[in-house]
Amino acid sequence: MRSIYETPDRKVFQQTIAKFVASEITPYVDEWDEAGEIPWELHAKAGALGIYGLGIDEAYGGLGFDDCFMRVIIGVEVARCGAGGVGAALGGCNIMTGPLQALASEEIKRKTLPAIMAGREGGALCITEPSGGSDVANMETHAVRDGDDFVINGSKTFITGGMRAKHFVVGARTGGPGLDGISLFYVEKGAPGFTQTALAKKMGWWASDTATLYFEDVRVPASDMIGQENMGFLAIMNNFNLERVGLIATALGCSKLCLSESIRYAQERHTFGKPLIKHQVIRHKIAEMSSRIDALETYLNQIAWMVNEDEMPVAEICKAKFFGTQVYEYCAREALQIFGGAGYLRGTPVERLYREVRVVAIGGGSEEIMRDLAVRQMGL
Amino acid sequence: MKILVAIKRVPDAETTIKVNPEGTGIVNAGVKWVVNPFCEIAIEEALKIKETKGDVEVVLVTVGRSESQEQLRTGLAMGADRAILVTAENLDTTGVSRVLAKIVEKESPDVVFLGKQAIDDDSNEVGQMLAQRLGWAQACYISEFNMADDAKSAQVVREIDGGMRTDKVMLPAIITADLRLNEPRYASLPGIMKARKKPLEEIDGASLGVDLEPKIIIKSMAPPPARAAGRLVESVDELINALKNEAKVL
Repeated sequence: MRSIYETPDRKVFQQTIAKFVASEITPYVDEWDEAGEIPWELHAKAGALGIYGLGIDEAYGGLGFDDCFMRVIIGVEVARCGAGGVGAALGGCNIMTGPLQALASEEIKRKTLPAIMAGREGGALCITEPSGGSDVANMETHAVRDGDDFVINGSKTFITGGMRAKHFVVGARTGGPGLDGISLFYVEKGAPGFTQTALAKKMGWWASDTATLYFEDVRVPASDMIGQENMGFLAIMNNFNLERVGLIATALGCSKLCLSESIRYAQERHTFGKPLIKHQVIRHKIAEMSSRIDALETYLNQIAWMVNEDEMPVAEICKAKFFGTQVYEYCAREALQIFGGAGYLRGTPVERLYREVRVVAIGGGSEEIMRDLAVRQMGL
Repeated sequence: MKILVAIKRVPDAETTIKVNPEGTGIVNAGVKWVVNPFCEIAIEEALKIKETKGDVEVVLVTVGRSESQEQLRTGLAMGADRAILVTAENLDTTGVSRVLAKIVEKESPDVVFLGKQAIDDDSNEVGQMLAQRLGWAQACYISEFNMADDAKSAQVVREIDGGMRTDKVMLPAIITADLRLNEPRYASLPGIMKARKKPLEEIDGASLGVDLEPKIIIKSMAPPPARAAGRLVESVDELINALKNEAKVL
């Protein structure tokens, strides 16, 4: 559907990313997903296109501007490769550059951002703990001041890119209980006392590495605190907003792929003497999928516009995230029904799309948490 | 040095093309438009020369509707310096070559690159016609291009039937790019943002004083006949019999 927000720049960018994905990613996703990783060169190729640079100053290798529509384009088009893990591996390494740009010291910015922008090195954001993810207020990992240093103890889990990343932004409690006692720290791979363990086999997102991280008396200089002491929660929440916009875009891209795969298959496959697409029951599925996708896309465009206007629509982002993952869940379900047995076989995109619904519906804030947050935003 | 690259807006190769009910052309609605892939290769070659030689201006030109700006913008985002859009509709290859000859006169480039053909009409004529109009040398279907240090000539490898042929061509010349010449780069986001500030000049085709009337009239257009489904045969004999007597290819 044509959008009133389309500009020549966004259109060229969308075409570039679509082409990049179609020629450099999609042909290899089965291989990479089975191998459990993507080749690191892909980060460099993506970095050269500028996909990591939105919202980052040019001095640190970024683009010097931000555009939420371009963030959405990246999310949608990368998702259309059909393997969420590839997108997570590619995009996850960029997940913590926002707080670094906004809050980190000049030294940390110089050390981390140019390498991440160019796709040479990866980053990871460490918030979720074995005891809870969205329940940031009850974070248990803590950092205690010792002279000019902080000493971090605790553990983090479900950390995307946790094995391959070099730069980690870690949330830890520096103050009292609750939301007001959390700070962010920069930790580099190899710091004494910092260990990484890969998580066991996952339901989906195989190409994306996920880790549990342990901090045992990890000592960092006080200057490696990112932002002000005990003010980490706000930075975490701000970062979540854009991460969720990215996940809504992922849900949209996956839904679109479910639809295009369904149409392709329904035109090829013949049953009862005619192509599937000529059967009313299938046509109605296509209509329903398509209408829900249009609704999600329109919703997301409106959110992107508000983000660009500096009016972060927190409630709408929450609502669009659970709405979006439900659209995706519906489209994946219907796509698999249209494919029938063929869609149950590994090697078809819809098989993977169906499996990977859950991670998008849970990661970055589950549907349940999103609903709760949305209602809280209404002041209820 | 100045390099002129002529490019064309064409439907994406993945787009399903439908012939309109009148049979006079294709249905434009819903078609995704892109830079002709061979033209992208032509742009890439010009950009490579710019990168190795330094002081080179890469100018893009296209002839078509104002929407073709999008494709020029893509080329600018890849790294070309400026672009010219000659607005005109329903031209055939003769008309396009006349327009391009005028632009070459105006710009006096040292070399002109084109794609060997556009993937829509597959005419494979414009480069050759342009060379004829200008009285320039032409080297078509190039898979390798090496400019001499003095930029007075170039050594090219041409893909011809049954092999490769190496030619020396005196510049200025018309060069048309074949598939294997290079792998075109992507338009990066920094490139897209820079392209905003690059000049894009629009010229009304009618103002050039050349004959734009098509010499080729499309009488009718029809999709290829639908292919019948294949059939499994029981034996080699049956296959040979079918190839001989039904398909009549043996």
